[in-house]
Parts: sequence; C-alpha cells; structure tokens
Amino acid sequence: MGGLLDSYRSTAYDEMMAPDGWPHEHTRALYDALQLLSITDLEERCAARDRSFRNQGVTFSRAGEEWLFPLDLIPRLLPAAEWAVIEAGVIQRVRALEAFLADIYGPGAVLADGVMPYSVVATCANYYRQVTDLEPTNGVRIHLAGIDLVRDETGTMRVLEDNLRVPSGISFVVENRHTMARVFPGLFLEQHVRPVAGHLGWLLEALRAAAPAGVDEPTVVLLTPGVYNPAYFEHAFLARKMGIELVEGRDLFCRGNVLYMRTTGGSQRVDVVYRRVDDDFLDPVLFRPDSVVGCPGLVNAARAGNVGIANAVGNGVADDKLVYSYVPALIEYYLGEQPVLPNVPTYRLAEPDVLADCLPRLDRLVLKPVGGSGGYGLVIGPEASAAQLDTARAAVLANPREWIAQEVVTLSTTPSLEGDRLAPRHVDLRPFATNDGEQIRVLPGGLTRVALRAGSLIVNSSQGGGSKDTWVLTTAPQRLPEHTRQMVEPPPAVASRLPDQGPRGDQVGQQQQGGTAC
Amino acid sequence: MLSRVAEALFWIGRYVERSEDTARLLDVLFHQILEDPAMDEIAGCRVVSAVMGIEETAASSTWLMEHLGYDRHNHSSIVGSLCSARQHARSVREALSAEIWECLNTAYHELPARVEAARGFGPSPFFSYVRQRAAMIAGLAQSTMSRDDAYDFLILGRNLERVDMTARLLSARIYAPSPYEEWITTLRACSAQEAYQRTYQRSVEGQSVLEFLLLDRLFPRSVIHALIVAEDALARLDPASGRTGSADEARLALGRARTDLEFLPAEDLFDGLPARLQRLQATVSEASDAIGRRFFAEAAALDWSLEESRS
Repeated sequence: MGGLLDSYRSTAYDEMMAPDGWPHEHTRALYDALQLLSITDLEERCAARDRSFRNQGVTFSRAGEEWLFPLDLIPRLLPAAEWAVIEAGVIQRVRALEAFLADIYGPGAVLADGVMPYSVVATCANYYRQVTDLEPTNGVRIHLAGIDLVRDETGTMRVLEDNLRVPSGISFVVENRHTMARVFPGLFLEQHVRPVAGHLGWLLEALRAAAPAGVDEPTVVLLTPGVYNPAYFEHAFLARKMGIELVEGRDLFCRGNVLYMRTTGGSQRVDVVYRRVDDDFLDPVLFRPDSVVGCPGLVNAARAGNVGIANAVGNGVADDKLVYSYVPALIEYYLGEQPVLPNVPTYRLAEPDVLADCLPRLDRLVLKPVGGSGGYGLVIGPEASAAQLDTARAAVLANPREWIAQEVVTLSTTPSLEGDRLAPRHVDLRPFATNDGEQIRVLPGGLTRVALRAGSLIVNSSQGGGSKDTWVLTTAPQRLPEHTRQMVEPPPAVASRLPDQGPRGDQVGQQQQGGTAC
Repeated sequence: MLSRVAEALFWIGRYVERSEDTARLLDVLFHQILEDPAMDEIAGCRVVSAVMGIEETAASSTWLMEHLGYDRHNHSSIVGSLCSARQHARSVREALSAEIWECLNTAYHELPARVEAARGFGPSPFFSYVRQRAAMIAGLAQSTMSRDDAYDFLILGRNLERVDMTARLLSARIYAPSPYEEWITTLRACSAQEAYQRTYQRSVEGQSVLEFLLLDRLFPRSVIHALIVAEDALARLDPASGRTGSADEARLALGRARTDLEFLPAEDLFDGLPARLQRLQATVSEASDAIGRRFFAEAAALDWSLEESRS
C-alpha cells in the first residue's frame, strides 16, 4: 500500500515538498508521519473533529445558518529561521502603520513632505475627519493587527494586505491547535511546536493598557454586533477566554462623555471597548445615524479621554489598498529602514499613465476594490470571462481611485485532504500582532487559510475557504524561565493513607458470613 | 452583571427545567395510558393539554406528543424549550462555563435524531434522555460555575419554573380521569418514590403524596423547597434589603406563597386544592414579572432618534 503523498505533485511553490520531489528539511518528520497514515484513519479523525466542533459550537454564520469552521487536518509548517523573518517584518510594518496613523490624524507631515499625495487620503472612504486630533489613551491605534502574507512562485513571503480595523480569526488559531492536539496527537511527536494559547493574554494586556489615565483596574468589554454576526463565535470565545464582558450596543450608553453599561446592579463604568463593530456603525452621532449596534456618544467619550477604543476609529485609512502601495515608502520615511517583507507588485490605477498601461492587460492582473475586505469584489484576470472583464474595465474607468491592480501571485500550496487523497491547495498566512504601547508581539504562526477548491486562489472563509493549524517549529523546546524552573522537583508524596474499612469491619463481616458452619 | 445576560441566564434556567418537567409530565401520562386499562386516553390527553395551557383540543396521545414533545416552535414543548435555552446560551456563552454550553449544544444537535427514534420506538428513552441532560446541566452548573450573580439567576429561573411545573403536574394528576388512584407514577415522575417511602414508610396514597410534593422541606423537587431556594437566590441578588421587610415584589410574592403552604394543616390540603395549585402558578408569573422589572429593565432602547429628511 502506498503512502498518501505518493502521487502528490504541485505546480506552485509547495510548503511541504521541495522541487526535487522530496520534503523540505523541516517537513520531513511530518512527511514520514503522513506516509504511514491510511485514508480510513484520516477519515475517522475528520469525524472526531466534526463532532468536537459541532458540540462546542465552533462555527461561523453564513446566510443565517451556522457552519462548522472547516479545519483541514494537515498542518502547515514554518521553520524557526523563516519565522524570525516574518516576525520582524510584521513588527516593522505595524510600527510604520502606527506612525502613519498618528501622523495622518495629526500633523500630516507625510503629506507635507510629499511622500504621499494628499488626494490619496482625501479620497479614501475609510478616512474619518471626525477623529482628527483624537489622541488615543496610550498612543496606540492598532491594538490587534492581522497582516496577510502569501508566498509567491519563488518562495518569497510577500505582504498581500494589512487588516487594522477588526481583524478576525485569532479564535480559530487557538481552537484549531486545541482540536489538533485532541484528534491528532500522534503528529505532534518528534516536533517542537511553539504554543499559541498565551497570545490571548497579550491581547488582554494590550486592551488593559488602553485604559484612561488613572484607572488601575480597568473594565474592558468586547462590543459585538450580536449573535447573528458571522464572527459571533469569535467574539464570545475571546470574551470568555479573556474574562471580559461581551456587550451589545443596547447594553451601553453614554452620559456626560462617560461610557456605562447597564447591569443588574445599575450602571457600571466602562474603560476600554474592544469593538468588533465597524467604524460606520460604531457611533450613530458621528457616523451612520441608523445604526442600532453601536453606542451614541462613544467617540466623544473617547475624545474626552474617558474611554479607550480598540482598534481606534479611522484605522481603515491605513489598510486601504491604495495606501498599501505606499507602505514600503512609509517604512522608509518613518523608520528609516528597508522593508523586511516586500509587497506584491501593485499598480495605482488612479495615476493616468499607470491606468493606460494596465487596461490592455487586465486579463493577466488581479483587480481589487481599495476599501474591500473578505475577498469580495475581487477580479482575477486569468480566470475571469470576457464579460466579467468588460464589467470590471467599466467600473475601473468610472472610478479609478476605487481600484488597484496587482500581478497575479500563484499562492504556494500545501497538502490538504481532498476526497480520499492529499492534494495541493493554495494557502496564505495571517499572523496576528498585539501592541500594548510598550511592545509589539506576534502570535507564533497565525491563521493559515486554504482554498479548498482545486486551483482556487481565494482563501476567505466567507468564500469557501478553510483553515489549517500553523506550526512554528523550534529546534529545541524553549527553556522555562528561571523562577518557574525551581518547581520542577515535586514535593515528596504524603505517605501511607489508611485503606478505607469497606462496608463492614473484619469481625462483623466474618460473623455475617459465618453462622454455624458444620 | 449585564441585565441582558442576567435575563438570558434566568431563562436558560427556566427553559431547561421546563423541558425536563414536561418530559416528566408526559412520562406519567404515557405510563397511565399503558399500565391502566381503565384510563381514557383522549380524556387524559385533554387534561394535560388543559393544564399546559394549550387551546386546541388534544386529539390523541400522538398529537399531544407532537405538540408538547417535539414541536420546535412551541416554547412549552420539550424540544422547543431546549432550543430556546440553547439560543439564549449562544447569546451569553461567555457567562456560562464551556462545559454547560457544550452539554446544551450537544443536546441541541442530538435532538432531531432522538425525536426520530422516539417517533419510531416510543417516547420513553426520549424522556429519560431529556432528564439526563437536564441533570447534567444542573450538575455542571453546580460544579463549574462561580457562586456569583450568574449562578443565582440560573438557580432562580430553574426553581421558579419548578414550582410552576410541579403545580401543573399535580393539577393534571388530580383531574386524571382514572378510577384508580395510581399515585406511584406521580411520585416516580418527580423522582420521589424512594424518598417518599423512606419518609412515610407506608403505602402510597394521595393525601401523603400531595403533602410530600407540596410541603416537604427536604425533598428538592417539592414546591416548598423550590420556593425556599428561589427566595434565597433573590435575597443574595439583592443584598441591600436587609433589616426590615423587603420591598422587592418578587420576594413578597414568593414569601407569601411559601408561608401560605408552610402553615397549612396537612388535613386541609385537599380543600380547594385546584385553586391553590392555580394560585401557585399565578405567583410564579407575578414573581417572574417583578424580577423582570427589577433586574432586566430593558435598555430604554437606544435614546438616539433618527431624523430623516423627506424631500
């Protein structure tokens, strides 16, 4: 009987197999383990995974129904050395984008110095004048970032986009690992995988650090649009794991520029809001007046310095896809460094000569709406029909500022379960970073999303994508810090417990059995 | 804690108890129909549907089972109340322990298969499944939840519902159109048979069964025990009311009902029993309303008015 990977061939760069047909150095142990598996074994584990997810309610909502989050059981591996580069690149990017946000909602030096034209900001739909000069409580605007990375044909990691508003997926990172350890413990043998659960503690620290000055024990809440939101599972998961209150807009109110929540004991002051509600819906006083999932007056309370909002309002300007094309320049401008992680080659269609250049070859480019997220509105040239391309061309011509074009990146592949075999599927990687104002920390690994349809390059869960557990390998297990290491000697056990007497003492028992034995 | 969360917990307590007690009530009825040759099936079903406040007339035990057992959209049915409990739990997952949520969620996903099986092979295993799940949830609450307000709201809901449903179960029993006084099934429905036997040490008869299920302070499914537990939970939730009487309407209602029962001579128990059972149900609904006004006062919906210009 052959192994599951015997006929495995990928046309793109593969995360598991080197071009010579053998596994990469760091994936050898996993390769060997997978080759020993049978398809029935794998199917049983899939069934166990589905049961576990269903019973725990690990789901996302689509069109009002609850769907199990599709976790592919074959993990994606990253060697330690490569992870060090990714980590440094993500931290660098977050630092630069923090600086950019502070600048753009403040002095605007980047515009004055001509690094970025004013029109880029002025025409950005996610730039909110309402929060100009609103100084965040501890100077942090990006408390949690999700930076989407892809690996191109040559094996280079590139940044595909930044998510600085309400990046989601961190709950699945933790839940995926938990489930993998439950249903596939054997795979973890012979590997040293960096743990992920501690990251939620960092997120909580970042949120607590956003409390107004003078508040030592801040009340942190997570604001969710409610149980029908697609990411509701994540909201409840995070609130539970961090021990903070999960609130809806109707639970909150503002009085005198102070935010309160309605409790059984009357109103209670709230110091930090980790909001998972979009800017537009956050505060009907300043944004969409018909919003019922936000809280009127919230932004003014933040302006008065009485509440921290995480992530800050207006971050959308920094993850706008046109601004994205300036990020390498921003890194150089603010930090004086070269970008660690390169961008995907991007064309600004708002510039007339670039537009003229790109229009004839739309069938070889990817078109993206600048303000979009979740993979909506994307047009992949090589896959689009002539009619789709015509529609796209018309849309671009009508409003070039709303679109960018990128070279098609053939995402790297990794083995994924497909029917009764393992087949190459395209993946990306979303590492998460937290910022508490002192330190930016990156969750080891992050969310690997996988396009479960053959050949598809779209990995978003809203469009039929799944996820994988992402393993950052270390060469040796990390040593415990000094103060915890003293405890490794267990104290001696307490000696000699008396056995209990059983239902009857010996004598009674004998007499009960006895009687006259003759 | 958040009013919205408190309200959800209160209702989770009520709904889980309701599904369990409805299962118990239907279990009694089915046993009577099977074991008692003189039992008039249709009349029995009518009594049960009457005490459960169903307006349509029950046509058969199958109809009743569909309506009160399996109907997903009826908040009083077994399946319906479990679904409602799960829906509430889903909206306040962070306030429940993961174990409780998982138990409730697993039950929710298993229900369709259980219902199918019950339709095919008879409802008995379905009833015991529901009772097991409810017991598991109660046990998990007991062993995994901190004794804070969340726990008290859950307990409060559960015990209020228990008072209400035990009263209904007894009502159904005293109207049951059976010539035999088969009270053993009633005791069994309340898991009370053995406790009863140890307490009275004589054969089962109506007077003492009623006494036991209404007035026994030590038995956890008796009406008075449930009232006492509910009162205690309310007292903990409202520590402000201390030395002189309470202004809390819910506590007043429950306290009155309790003293009413406590000082009732056992031999007067049968006098006006139907009215007494009805009063208990009224007390529960009064207390429930008062708790709603006191603790869950619905967020005066967003005090932000939308002005749309019409042109």
